[in-house]
Amino acid sequence: MEIVTTDVAIIGAGGAGLRAAIALAEADPKLRIALISKVYPMRSHTCAAEGGAAGVIKKDDSFDLHFDDTVGGGDWLSDQDCVEYFVKEAPKELTQLEHWGCPWNREADGSVAVRPFGGMKKQRTWFAADKSGFHILHTLFQTTLQFPSIQRFDEYYALDLLVDDGRCQGVTAMEMRSGMIKQFHAKSVIIAGGGAGRMFPFSTNGAIKTGDGMALAYRAGVPLKDMEFVQYHPTGLPNTGSLLTEACRGEGGVLLNKNGRRYLQDYGMGPETPLGKPQLKTMELGPRDRVSQAYWHELQKGNTVTTPWGECVMLDMRHLGEKYIDERLPLVRELGIAYLGVDIVKDAIPIRPVVHYMMGGISTNTKAATQLPGLFAAGECACVSLNGANRLGSNSLVELLVFGKSAAMSAIEHLKGLPAPNKAALEARANESQARVRELFQRTDGNESMSGLRKEMMDTMEKNAGLYREEIGLKEAVAKIAELRQRYNKIVLHDKSNVFNTDLFQVLELGSMLDCAEALTVSALARKESRGAHQRLDYVERDDKTFLRHSMAYYQGQSAPRLDYLDVVITKSPPGVRDYSGDHK
Amino acid sequence: MTQLKKRMVQLEVLRYDPEKDTEPHFQKYTVECNEEWVVLDALNAVKETIDPTLNFRWSCHMAVCGSCGMMVNGEPKLSCHAFLRSYEGVIRVEPLANFPIERDLVTVADDFLEKLKRVKPYLIPKEKKSIEQGEFKQTPAQLMKFRQFSMCINCMLCYAACPEYALQPKFIGPAAIALAHRYNQDSRDGGRDERQEVIATNEGVWECSFVGACSEVCPKAVDPAGALQQVKVASTIDWFKEHLLPGGAK
Repeated sequence: MEIVTTDVAIIGAGGAGLRAAIALAEADPKLRIALISKVYPMRSHTCAAEGGAAGVIKKDDSFDLHFDDTVGGGDWLSDQDCVEYFVKEAPKELTQLEHWGCPWNREADGSVAVRPFGGMKKQRTWFAADKSGFHILHTLFQTTLQFPSIQRFDEYYALDLLVDDGRCQGVTAMEMRSGMIKQFHAKSVIIAGGGAGRMFPFSTNGAIKTGDGMALAYRAGVPLKDMEFVQYHPTGLPNTGSLLTEACRGEGGVLLNKNGRRYLQDYGMGPETPLGKPQLKTMELGPRDRVSQAYWHELQKGNTVTTPWGECVMLDMRHLGEKYIDERLPLVRELGIAYLGVDIVKDAIPIRPVVHYMMGGISTNTKAATQLPGLFAAGECACVSLNGANRLGSNSLVELLVFGKSAAMSAIEHLKGLPAPNKAALEARANESQARVRELFQRTDGNESMSGLRKEMMDTMEKNAGLYREEIGLKEAVAKIAELRQRYNKIVLHDKSNVFNTDLFQVLELGSMLDCAEALTVSALARKESRGAHQRLDYVERDDKTFLRHSMAYYQGQSAPRLDYLDVVITKSPPGVRDYSGDHK
Repeated sequence: MTQLKKRMVQLEVLRYDPEKDTEPHFQKYTVECNEEWVVLDALNAVKETIDPTLNFRWSCHMAVCGSCGMMVNGEPKLSCHAFLRSYEGVIRVEPLANFPIERDLVTVADDFLEKLKRVKPYLIPKEKKSIEQGEFKQTPAQLMKFRQFSMCINCMLCYAACPEYALQPKFIGPAAIALAHRYNQDSRDGGRDERQEVIATNEGVWECSFVGACSEVCPKAVDPAGALQQVKVASTIDWFKEHLLPGGAK
């Protein structure tokens, strides 16, 4: 098996992975950097983020205000030392992107423009029309092209971390073009593998978001933290699940039920604000968890609109006018026309909440370090505990910059004074990894199909682990996922070619998703309270006495994960009431 | 509830596995689809219910990641943006033209990535500025000068449509030149001279015969043909300045 020897291996080449790679290359041109990704960098799902990236820049704003919005938005499950660090770094990182050429929208005087976003008390969301993630991703990718020390391994699927002597020292990956497995020996490894929304059938997430990065770390013994917190974005296209950015509401769009009522006023987010005059942090600018949950209540009351794609509510932006929509929301207009046949300039568009983002992930600290020495993680795959129980829109694009850079700095720090690797031990680990894939590849004894198991997983997640949960459904989900993990070992491949075999990669991705789904459902069952995005019909109150703690799920092979808890870091904001009414102070 | 209209769709898909096929061949599938679906949905239905060995790239399903470019009835398309309602009869799906086939509908993209790198598609700042000094000022009008060219999703449809690239593979091609032009037009950038060495050459803009096929197929209205034309005009002005003005003004 070929060995690639490098200083730092990065798994995933979306926003976080690319930001880390640039930070490494800038810090020391002699560092060898291997950037490994199952897709070309510009295909990474960062490209689909629309609305923008939050960072304090205007005179009436402050770090404290961004801190308060983030901690309250996260229902006090955020680690406050992390949030303090984040809000200070955010504007620096966004300015850095500007220096690299990101085409941010501008004010008339040439300074960077900001827009309102949900749950934010001030306007602080930097944006590039409604293609902010796309521009961030391409700016970062194009910037990497000037650094010869960043060696890309495009379309390599990462298989297993190489752990020896209590340290992470590399990874195995399959070159998708040839089917060849290579071992990467690296002194530091950064995982930036993105989220896992594809566990659910209705998701804004691209096909690639299958939790591979999370599963890599989890299987190597690193806990997955707060996996039960899954964000539903309130406004997805009802047929494809495509995202219609929160900026639709930030710019003044309103949500209506079948009676034409702006129903958010009935869920603690009123009183109604005048049309075309959105007010920060209330009504349509409430946080995502509350706005999505209000849809569920409208559904129970029979107030939703029946469409061929299921029960919907209406997002109305007609009053914004064609010119403003084309300047601020061109992609949303294009998506509505193309996929649903609705022009938002002329008609209200049906939408419903859709799985969007994993607050949970690989447990990391503010330095982006995991519990396993030599292993770092950043971006959606990580849970650095910035977002707590509910992420505020426009914090995640900044998160991947701030902590992508942190991961790089920590990875460099880790390089110092390391003992020489035990090459034979690493090769032995790599051989085990290869044997695991070979067994799957050569298996003939089995009767399960990948697409069958994947559908059963998605169905059980949607039915039992969605917007509202309860014990009976979660128990069913835990049992079902455990059963599917057993049956997974009986999948037989149809395709035995070595060349770009997506039958094989889809089976491997399903394995990652099942691992994530198990951590998610087990953590959700044990959290007997309602907080942020985790809402229990049988435990409707937040319970700070018992659950002001992070869930930590540890992998136990074929058995259910072991759960442990970690205290939330509180520095200056004791748990309080989340008030998104118009009268909030 | 009104029901979504169903339709049986016939696909004719190019298949090729270098491990067992001496040359590519077509395979026919008939699959039930929703009338509102796109070609990519039909391919996914085939892969899930009929033939798991069919291979193609895709991810976002919203025409922004640029993964799923294919020839649909002979035209370069993002298959997630090629609506079944636009097609009658058998739909022929092939890998993007002008690129080597890796497997089935998957092409080898190395050449495009190499060319993209050569044009230095990153900001080469006119002046240095520290983060503490804040952002470079750029007016909305200055932004509009290059914004269109920054919309390229690297889907490579323009290379599949380009008759010059088909004849002369050394041609740097529409998307890469449009991105070079994007940075040349950016008020913050000072790297034009470096990029001109690559794009104002016979492998660059002078290879283009301005057929305009690239702009016609671009799913993001980037208008690479317009960018190429602007580069040609600017390069001609450079030439006159250097050769006809006293002292070769810069």
